[in-house]
Amino acid sequence: MMTDLWIHPAAVLIIGALLLPFVRGPRIIRNLYLLLVPLLAFINVLTMAKGTFGVMQFMDWTLTFGRVDRLSHVFGFIMTLMCLIGTVYGMNSKGIREIFAAWLYVAGSLGVIYCGDYIVLFLFWELMAFTSVFLVWFRGRKRSMATGYRYLMVHTFGGLVLLAGLILRYQATGGDISFGPIGVDSPSLYTYLIMIGFILNAAVPPLHAWLPDAYGEATVAGAVFMCAFTTKTAIYALARGFAGMDILIALGVIMALYGVVYAVLENDARRLLAYHIISQVGYMVAGVGIGTEMAINGTCAHAFAHILYKGLLFMGCGSVLFMTNKSKFSDLGGLYKKMPRTFVYTLIGGLSISAFPLFSGFVSKSMIVAAGFHEHLMWAAFLLTLASAGTFLHTGLKVPYFIWFGKNNCSEETWEKAADPPVNMEIAMAVAAFFCIFIGCYTPFLYNLLPYPVHYHPYTAYHISESMQILLFTALGFFLFVKKLAPEVVISLDFDWFYRKGSKVFMWLARKPIQSFDNAWSEVYRVAGMVPLMITARFWSWFDWHGIDGVVDGLARVVGYFSEKLRWMQNGQIARYLSFMAGGVFVVLVWMFSSM
Amino acid sequence: MIVRFIDFFRNRMQMTIRLCYGVLALLVIIDIMPGLTGKEHHAHSWVEHYIPGWWSIFGFVACTLIIFVSKWFGHLGIMTREDYYDD
Repeated sequence: MMTDLWIHPAAVLIIGALLLPFVRGPRIIRNLYLLLVPLLAFINVLTMAKGTFGVMQFMDWTLTFGRVDRLSHVFGFIMTLMCLIGTVYGMNSKGIREIFAAWLYVAGSLGVIYCGDYIVLFLFWELMAFTSVFLVWFRGRKRSMATGYRYLMVHTFGGLVLLAGLILRYQATGGDISFGPIGVDSPSLYTYLIMIGFILNAAVPPLHAWLPDAYGEATVAGAVFMCAFTTKTAIYALARGFAGMDILIALGVIMALYGVVYAVLENDARRLLAYHIISQVGYMVAGVGIGTEMAINGTCAHAFAHILYKGLLFMGCGSVLFMTNKSKFSDLGGLYKKMPRTFVYTLIGGLSISAFPLFSGFVSKSMIVAAGFHEHLMWAAFLLTLASAGTFLHTGLKVPYFIWFGKNNCSEETWEKAADPPVNMEIAMAVAAFFCIFIGCYTPFLYNLLPYPVHYHPYTAYHISESMQILLFTALGFFLFVKKLAPEVVISLDFDWFYRKGSKVFMWLARKPIQSFDNAWSEVYRVAGMVPLMITARFWSWFDWHGIDGVVDGLARVVGYFSEKLRWMQNGQIARYLSFMAGGVFVVLVWMFSSM
Repeated sequence: MIVRFIDFFRNRMQMTIRLCYGVLALLVIIDIMPGLTGKEHHAHSWVEHYIPGWWSIFGFVACTLIIFVSKWFGHLGIMTREDYYDD
């Protein structure tokens, strides 16, 4: 039974999306509706009381749809706010289908955030993957189809690993489905499987290549949604279940640096930003790994700030793509006269992600680094600081410089088309930019939302001096070596190579050895199986016709039935035999685990 | 307005560059001056205490390292032609 008074914000978006195709009439009506639905979801989150709601009995399980506490509240707040901003940004997209998919996708994310058990979590987890893929497909290029399928395959794999972990956990704990701290001090196989399921969505290398692949190919508005929800929902799930899991510190630091290295090599602005998501999410993963109250606060604060500035950056570069059809640095440059306001918005996003004083990153990122120093994790804290120099280098300097300044690589057509984008896109960017600065200047706004009391003061003279030195000397390095960073018309190979080129190996295997084995087997089967079967069948037919038919009328039909079954079982297709075998192995495995 | 603001500095490149160097120098001076930033209380490690302008050096070296190591890594064969996956 759903509690009467509590409405799930995901339900608002799902119903809103389902009604969307029926909203007709003048454009203004449709736009008002587009504004109304995410606004209702946002207000719903703002006015929600803390507690447990939406508890339902389903078979043997008690499902919890609404666990509202401080941790879920801060994520619910930012997710619905970003949904509102993203919807405004995407309002003028050709059809409403992008918004339709996006709302369902956000609903999936909210479902995960408010759920109290693994069954509901899994349900919404999969909803996210299967709706967000449309944001890639709607780009409509031939390449988008392939990218979307890759995205889906990777997430299906992640979902299966997660499911395996959940089943093992269910078995080991005697039917516990509750989603909470998983016991990181005594990890077992299921702990790691669930963690892998989560960190695949958080894009931890080597499970990250889906992210730049998909976000670089998504539609203009689609990428704005995608950059906010999948990875940060995973961060929420990690913060809820895996706080203090040591291995996450190392993984987070690797992520932070990995994203920076690939961002140097990247020629496509949106793919560069995508690699920087990996880098920034690295801070959050490390924060979860450190696991102290300060670190979890830092993780939540950084996720909050990140959603806004990364959304802003994707909106800025998306506007350039929207207006000029180009997103590669080698096709752009010198646009500040044509798109000045877009430049300013993007720069605000860049300064926020780089943690400039008075911008949002400064009050959030430093909390994680400070938590690292506080726990005497010197190597982690210094490496994260190193990565933050890289962040400014790329997002604060390289992106603005090579799009709006630098060498003008624009074709005549690109230059002609370039201009600041339509008004709704600018409003969305302005709102996001406002929040980036507001959070940076007025710290209580964000700090009061965090799960634990905050005893951290980012605005000390030393911290400002430290940050400014790192940032501005990074800028010095950038301008000294700017030639070295000039765009190169290349792509960079990443771990997706294994499933993009690896599939070629698989196809070759399928074509050559397996096919020839299959052919040989068919031949053996024809001689050794089919001939005796035919003889038996003929004998039975003769026996039936001459001996039995007169006596027992129905036997012929029975024999016919069984030979039909026998024929189906033994049709000589290797694939069918293999699937029988796999099924058998699976049954045995399940039996083994259940008897453990 | 934005364009005019940018052009103002672009037309006075020499001055802009000198201004930037001035800011950099000022940052280092602030860091070195005792008592100004409260380094004595806030520093996390001995390098910050004993190396003057530590974070300036750190920032510059970090930036240089990131550029050169990444480019070196990319040219090992990671960076490849754009139509690599198309065939």
